[in-house]
Amino acid sequence: MTASIQLQHKPEVQYLLRIGDTALIHAQRLGEWCGHAPVLEEDIALANVALDLIGQSRALLTHAGVLEGAGHDEDQLAFLRDERDYFNATIAELPRGDFAFTLLRNLFLATWSRLLWERLQDSGDAELAAIAGKAVKEARYHQQHAADWVVRLADGTPESRRRTEAALATLWRYTPELFESDAVDAAAHAAGLGPQRTELREPWLAEIGAVFDEAGLAVPADSAFRSTGTQGVHSEHMGYILAEMQHLQRAYPGGVW
Amino acid sequence: MSTIATTRSSRAAAAWQVLANVPDPEVPAVSVCDLGIVRDVIDHDDVLEIVLTPTYSGCPATELIASDVLGAIDGAGLGPARVSLRRAPAWTTDWISAEGKRKLLAYGIVPPGPASDAEVPIRFFPRALKTPALACPRCASHDTERLAAFGSTACKSTWRCRACGEPFEHFKPI
Repeated sequence: MTASIQLQHKPEVQYLLRIGDTALIHAQRLGEWCGHAPVLEEDIALANVALDLIGQSRALLTHAGVLEGAGHDEDQLAFLRDERDYFNATIAELPRGDFAFTLLRNLFLATWSRLLWERLQDSGDAELAAIAGKAVKEARYHQQHAADWVVRLADGTPESRRRTEAALATLWRYTPELFESDAVDAAAHAAGLGPQRTELREPWLAEIGAVFDEAGLAVPADSAFRSTGTQGVHSEHMGYILAEMQHLQRAYPGGVW
Repeated sequence: MSTIATTRSSRAAAAWQVLANVPDPEVPAVSVCDLGIVRDVIDHDDVLEIVLTPTYSGCPATELIASDVLGAIDGAGLGPARVSLRRAPAWTTDWISAEGKRKLLAYGIVPPGPASDAEVPIRFFPRALKTPALACPRCASHDTERLAAFGSTACKSTWRCRACGEPFEHFKPI
């Protein structure tokens, strides 16, 4: 059995992995809908969004491997890292829930990532800027798709309204993590990689607020709870999703198509 | 318009001719050149370099396109060749040629408008209005509606025409 790889912890690497891992784990959750979405069109939509996210993640993990300088490629970083070396935001790893939960999470993450990609187009790291130039177009479309659905579900039947409000009550407390800067963030920012996370908070709240106004949803009160996935400390759901995602490479080391 | 800087040589020129006949695997009505995926052909003497820019980050056809391109070049006796991927500037539907857009329409896919159409904040359309209607590629009626934001591939959305009753796809501007 191939042992887990040991990640060389550097701020630039962790900064990239926070974005790349969030895309990868979110895509894994969206992939669970394949064959299960309420209608065929949305089954295809969720799989297509997942595909874009996996593509973005591949580029980011590859580049993180280059910056790490330990010879790790995208596959090794995806399939041979242990939970504590994964830096996705906790919100991405939460079980997929129902359709309302999935689309509300898509809205939160797509809005965050679109704002982030817009800024990263000006990154001092040319490869990251190039990845961002492509990804921002995809994130823009994902955001519009999710926003349409959140409005439709919140302003739909009593049942869809109830489910959307329940999803909001669960998801909201996981959003502050996306906007709290720390030493890793500050160091990567100082190195010219991209914005600090706090910089995205106000524009994110403004855009979510506009969708909520249209949907007739109220922004929930702040909570003292803080999730810590971007520090490598995850919820109880993370081990299971990694076990499923990494199973083949762990069971058949080095296996290829 | 696209800016394709080509290192001119008879071998590179011949390669462009060959590539103009390599179909896109997912939309075979158009070639990889029509789509603007082929950005450059550089003759290094010992090897021919084909520069490709993928359409979407996760486009599953990227590897197949690279292999189709190499197969066509080798088949025409222009090899050895290698493919390199260029990420920036990002691919845009504005790079689809006029000929490519004409072929898409004839194939039943409404071609994309200007990519700047997509660079807007989130929009909500009153239910009565729906989204701005496209002309049906079969009967040209504007009595159409979008059924879904995505289609059989990530690059398309799904529509239907209420006049002739037929479904069709739209190549989304990005």
